[in-house]
Amino acid sequence: MEQELLLWVRGTGLQIAAAVFVIGMVYRMLHILMLGRKKSLAAPRGSEWSGGLRTMWKRSFVTTKLSARGNFTVVAGFIFHIGFFITLFFLTQHIDLFRAVLGLHWPAMPRGVIDMAAVLSIAAMVALLVHRFIDPVKRLLSDYQDYLSWILSFLPLLTGFMLLREIGFEYITLLTMHIASVELLLVIAPFTKLAHMFSTFIARWYNGAVNGFKGIEI
Amino acid sequence: MKEHETLEQRLHEQGVSRRSFLKFCAAMATMMALPPGSATAIAAALAKVKRPSVIWLSFQECTGCTESLTRSHSPTLESMIFDMVSLDYHHTLQAASGFAAEQAREDAMKEFNGKYLLLVDGSIPLKDGGVYSTIAGRTNLDLLEEAAKGAAAIVAVGSCAAFGGIPNANPNPTGAVAVSDIIKDKPIINISGCPPIPAVITGVLAHYLTFGALPALDNLGRPKAFYGETIHDRCYRRPMYEQGKFAKTFDDEGARNGWCLYELGCKGPTTHNACATTKWNGGTGFPIEAGHGCIGCSEPKFWDAGSFYAPLPAPAADVTTVAKAAVIAGAVAAVVAGAIDRGKKTKAQQSREKLTVDDLKGE
Repeated sequence: MEQELLLWVRGTGLQIAAAVFVIGMVYRMLHILMLGRKKSLAAPRGSEWSGGLRTMWKRSFVTTKLSARGNFTVVAGFIFHIGFFITLFFLTQHIDLFRAVLGLHWPAMPRGVIDMAAVLSIAAMVALLVHRFIDPVKRLLSDYQDYLSWILSFLPLLTGFMLLREIGFEYITLLTMHIASVELLLVIAPFTKLAHMFSTFIARWYNGAVNGFKGIEI
Repeated sequence: MKEHETLEQRLHEQGVSRRSFLKFCAAMATMMALPPGSATAIAAALAKVKRPSVIWLSFQECTGCTESLTRSHSPTLESMIFDMVSLDYHHTLQAASGFAAEQAREDAMKEFNGKYLLLVDGSIPLKDGGVYSTIAGRTNLDLLEEAAKGAAAIVAVGSCAAFGGIPNANPNPTGAVAVSDIIKDKPIINISGCPPIPAVITGVLAHYLTFGALPALDNLGRPKAFYGETIHDRCYRRPMYEQGKFAKTFDDEGARNGWCLYELGCKGPTTHNACATTKWNGGTGFPIEAGHGCIGCSEPKFWDAGSFYAPLPAPAADVTTVAKAAVIAGAVAAVVAGAIDRGKKTKAQQSREKLTVDDLKGE
């Protein structure tokens, strides 16, 4: 039964998840791009391109300008995202998956770095959830999607870390749980706030392009 | 057919010393992780036990399981198996053939009804009335059901008998199934592996003879003493896995330095068997020690779990083509949705009526 389940999540389950994720994401992102913006008739005071691209790049870093949102949220959010990226893109086993699916591969990071990134990422997520409960403004602003996104992102991290260290269950059970949790994330992501994994760059582009056009220094 | 003599008498006749016998018992006790004092208990029990009759039925199989048992170098614990039991029917090993062979089986079934052990290797085809494998003109299903009726217990030797194995692999043209899919009312013990480790077969039989019952089994009916841990749990290359040292090809520096074979497709982490501890060829080694990853042969559906050389994280089905098709489908859907949006926008623009002075007057 365990073998059959693992085979399903590695085979049919993954095919379904990949199909839903790719169709959903391509549809949503293209749809946003095709909405376009009305052409501004004003004389440009700067470049849309430079403003857009610079904003896409610069907003990937913690800056003092962002502290208006609250330092805790920004720093903890940053740690979570960086930890998530490191474990996702630089763990040997994940690179094996990318190589099998995309044909691309790159060097892995040492296990110690991955472990540290995963632990920091998990800790940051827990801290952010606690903060969401404690902070009255955040609590009021949160809806079910925020908690759903948290669970969907947390489960792959947690099961992945448990799998690396073989905590709690057998390897095969943990591997099945880990893959299944990722598939759940893939299936739901395009239709929730988690679509920001791509749409955030479009948002940054538009923000930057508008500002660039107006000649605002970025 | 006379009652079989005791094991001790039989071994004595064959010139096996008491000392060798005790060594064998100690080895069995150790292998099955029994308490230290149990070697003498096994010896006492085995010495007195009457050699049970064993009927060995071979169905859809490659004889690899029998080879595994008999081709191990001599003298071995495995060779003693044939002294511990009375192998009354095994169509590969017995001297008799044709009607005489079938007669031996029928005699043993009659004589030791309710007491004999039934060992089965190979899967049983059910499709088209089971015509794909017959012995003496009778289907495997027919022979199994008949022999199972009078058996004290059934031992499914090898992955084919235990889980369906290779004949059961996709697309399973003969409708092959495992023993446990057919027989529901007898104790069945699965000794999986392609082939299974000879010492595991011996260990299970010794346990049965000593305690008169089958050993503790896992959820797939396999003896826990041998299938309780994964290959990965007990692999001597495990520290390499923990350190992230992986061989990338079968001939790179990592492979030569004994690095972990995970990326070369080793299924050790998801495979339960005793290869890493009991080992093969008289304790010489096991596949990973020879530089090849585990193929997971003691687990159900091992033949359908993707390539033996694809790492565990790699998909077991073609995800790339699905993703490519999904990109096109998503793009088409977006273009259609965009066109509908544009149509609505244009329509709204066209149907918009300009506010006139008359409209204002009417207010």
